[in-house]
This record gives sequence, C-alpha cells and structure tokens, in this order.
Amino acid sequence: MNCKEATKLMDGYLDGELDPITSQTIDQHLKECHNCDQAYKTHGSLIRAIGNATPYFKAPAALRERIQSSLREEIAERPLQNVARDSQMLFRRRWPELRTILLGTPWNWLGLAAAIIFAAIIALNLVPRLQRPGADQFLATQLIASHVRSLMANHLTDVASSDQHTVKPWLDAKLDFAPAVVDLGSEGFTLLGGRLDYLENRPVAALVYQRRKHFINLFVWPAESGSTNRTNTITRQGYQLLHWVDSDFNYWAVSDVSDNDLQAFKQVFEKQLPRH
Amino acid sequence: MALLLKEEHASETEDFESNPKIVKFVVVKKREEQDHSPKGELTSFEALMLPHIDAAHNLARWLLRNEQDAQDVVQEAYLRAFKSFAGFHGSNGRAWLLTIVRNTSYTLLKKNHAVDLTTTFDEEIHGSGEESVSPATILEHSEDAELIKEAMDELPAEFREILVLRHLEGLSYKEIADIAQIPQGTVMSRLARARAKLKEYLAARIGKEK
Repeated sequence: MNCKEATKLMDGYLDGELDPITSQTIDQHLKECHNCDQAYKTHGSLIRAIGNATPYFKAPAALRERIQSSLREEIAERPLQNVARDSQMLFRRRWPELRTILLGTPWNWLGLAAAIIFAAIIALNLVPRLQRPGADQFLATQLIASHVRSLMANHLTDVASSDQHTVKPWLDAKLDFAPAVVDLGSEGFTLLGGRLDYLENRPVAALVYQRRKHFINLFVWPAESGSTNRTNTITRQGYQLLHWVDSDFNYWAVSDVSDNDLQAFKQVFEKQLPRH
Repeated sequence: MALLLKEEHASETEDFESNPKIVKFVVVKKREEQDHSPKGELTSFEALMLPHIDAAHNLARWLLRNEQDAQDVVQEAYLRAFKSFAGFHGSNGRAWLLTIVRNTSYTLLKKNHAVDLTTTFDEEIHGSGEESVSPATILEHSEDAELIKEAMDELPAEFREILVLRHLEGLSYKEIADIAQIPQGTVMSRLARARAKLKEYLAARIGKEK
C-alpha cells in the first residue's frame, strides 16, 4: 500500500466500513508512515468533533400531533369508502353468490368433515409452533419497549451522573447484584446515568450512554450459572440489539445507532471492565 | 371413528341447511375484520415509524434549510409512508422512512428550482479553494455549532444529506446507499468529498474571522 491509496481509503477506514484485510493493510502502512498516520489522526478527530458539534434538529411536539391527526383523517376517509363498497358487494353480489355456492352445491358432507378435521389437526399442530416467538425475540420486544419508554417519558435516568463512582453505588444499593459501571466518554460514549428497570421477571440495571445525538440503553443482570460466552445481534423496528454474556452478567445493548457503533461500544466497554 | 364423524356432522348439516344464520355469521365476521383493519394498520404504523420522527425532521430541516418547509415535508412524507405501508416488509423502518423524506424533500427543492442540488453546481461556481488555515486551527473551531451550521448550509444538498446521514444518524454505508439511491461504492468517495468541502468552507470562514 502506498500513501496515495491510503489517503483514498481514509474515510472508509475511519468510518469502520472497510473489509478486515484492507483495514489491516492500512494499519500496517500507518505503522510505517508517519505522515499518513498523522493525517489519519487529524482527519479522525476532526470528523468526530464536527459530528458532535453539528446541530440536530429534533421534531417539535406540535409536528408529531399534526402528523397523528392527519393520519387519523386519512383513515377516517378510508373506511367510509370501504364500507360503501363492501355493503354493495355483500348485498348485491356476494350474498346471493355465497348462498348459491354454499347451499346450491351438492356437498359430500363426509368428505368435507374429514377435510375440516384434517385441516384443524394440522393447524393445531403447526400454528403454535409458528407463532411462538423465540425466547430472545420475546425479550427483544420487551427491551425495545423499555428503551423507547425511557426516551419517551422523560425518564431516561434515575441517577443522572457521568461519574461512574456515583452511578455504581446508587445501583448497588437498589439491586441484589453489583453491575460494573464504566465511563466511556473518552471513547465517544458518554455515560449519562443509571436507571432501574424490570425485565425477565427481575429488577435489572439500565446504564444509559450517549453516542453523538443517540442514546444507548445497556441492560445488565446476572447470568445464569453455567451460561456460555456468546454474542448475538438482532435488528428490529430500526433498532439494533446486541446481546453478550460474560462470566458474570447478561448484557443487552439497545439503540438506534448503527450495528458498527454498537459493536464498537461493546468492545470499549469490555476493554474498560475492571479485571478480577 | 368414521361412523361417529358421520353422526356428528349429520346433525350439523341439518342445522346448516335449515339455518342460514351460519352463513350470515361467516359473512358478518368477515366484514368486521375488514372494518377493523385500518385502525390496526395505523397502530402498527405509528409504533414502527413515529420513533423516527426526529431523524425525519432533522434530515428534512438540513435539506430544506427552512423550518416550515421541513415540517410540511415530514408530514407529507408520513402520509405517503402510511399509504405505501402495506409494501413495507423490511426491518429497517428508519431507513425506509428517511428514503421517503429524502424524496419528498427533493421534490420540493426541484419545484422551488433550487440550484444547489448536485455537486457539479458546487464545483463549477466555487472552484477549489486553497487551504490557508491549518487542520489544527479548524479543529480548534470545530466545536462552534453556529460556524459548522453556516458552513454546512453552504454545501450542495447531496453533501448535506450524506453528512447528516453519517454524522448525525450514524448510518452504515449500505443504508446510506439505499436512502440516497447511489451505489455503495459511491458513498465513501462522496462522503470524502463532502468532508473535504466542509473543511474548506470552515477554513474560509475562520480565515475571514481573523
């Protein structure tokens, strides 16, 4: 890799969007080339600073109301058309037609009964299996609901502090476990505070971090003994969920930041965890 | 077994034939379901799409540079989204909504004959300015929100859009490609050019202040 190529790939590298092999080649080049290394560092901090300082125009509350009422007007008009059409069809066309089909046809009743019972047996066996969401999927729904509620009801934190030494004792006093609380402000994830939440039939800790203009809720509760380390990602309704388990705790990070950001969050979080 | 079935259903058959209520019940039930659906559809639409109202407003506000237009466009975009909601099967509601907001914004910009839609305009008029201010100086000023806003507003729409989607929404290149309707390979180069232009305008403004 030469300097020209490295410069061309700078934005992709800093955004974490290059494939691993190209990234490694660049890492190697940056170790050898002081100029490029310097250029990457300056450009990186400038991108971060600009991203943080760019104003974010939140929607005024009145706009939300305006949209909701215009949507209601939209459906208020819609059923009128539907009912008019339906009743026409029902009484003029579909009604006699149905009668003819149902009553006029010489049915083989035994065959029909057998078919119905057969269908019922299949349905009874299959439907619950199809509908039963996986345990993770059900939990994911609960987690997103908690995340959305925390942002909606102006109840993001019970204890608002960017100081991990304030948040941790507060949580420890309220819970029957002691989650690790780390401030990741220097890594671009500012600790805003902590909150109590209730998930999986138990009180859990919710740590709130901010990434640019976005919030990350990190839900923590003790892992069951014997659970294995694993990580998985779920995308739902535009939200990203990242789940991992270490020797002590279950972690679920929920946010509307990109998957890459959430992975980066997990990495820096684990790096900062006190070792024991 | 067969005999039993026959007996059970024999009685049902009689009911069925003598009593058209059952047929009516089927029809009425069907109508109830149809009547109910728009409300149900609205509930799930709102649950999926209203959480992204800030993202929608922010993008429209940056593209149109005008609060009133932004609100009108967001409202229009939500209505359009609702009408085509049946066609939405993906999992990424935010990207889907932002695509509609973006297209609605561009329609208005074109109607108003905005001249700074694409980057060709920018490069023709402004040419490439020289950087007389060092990156370190720009970095010192980079926390000045007002300065950044002024410089951003000077950029063509294509650049404002890509910077907002990346810096403020933190979207991946893939998502940006879908929303801006450009190939994924173009995202990196356009983002690089947008950042370079922004740096240039920041430098120009800082240079003037001095």
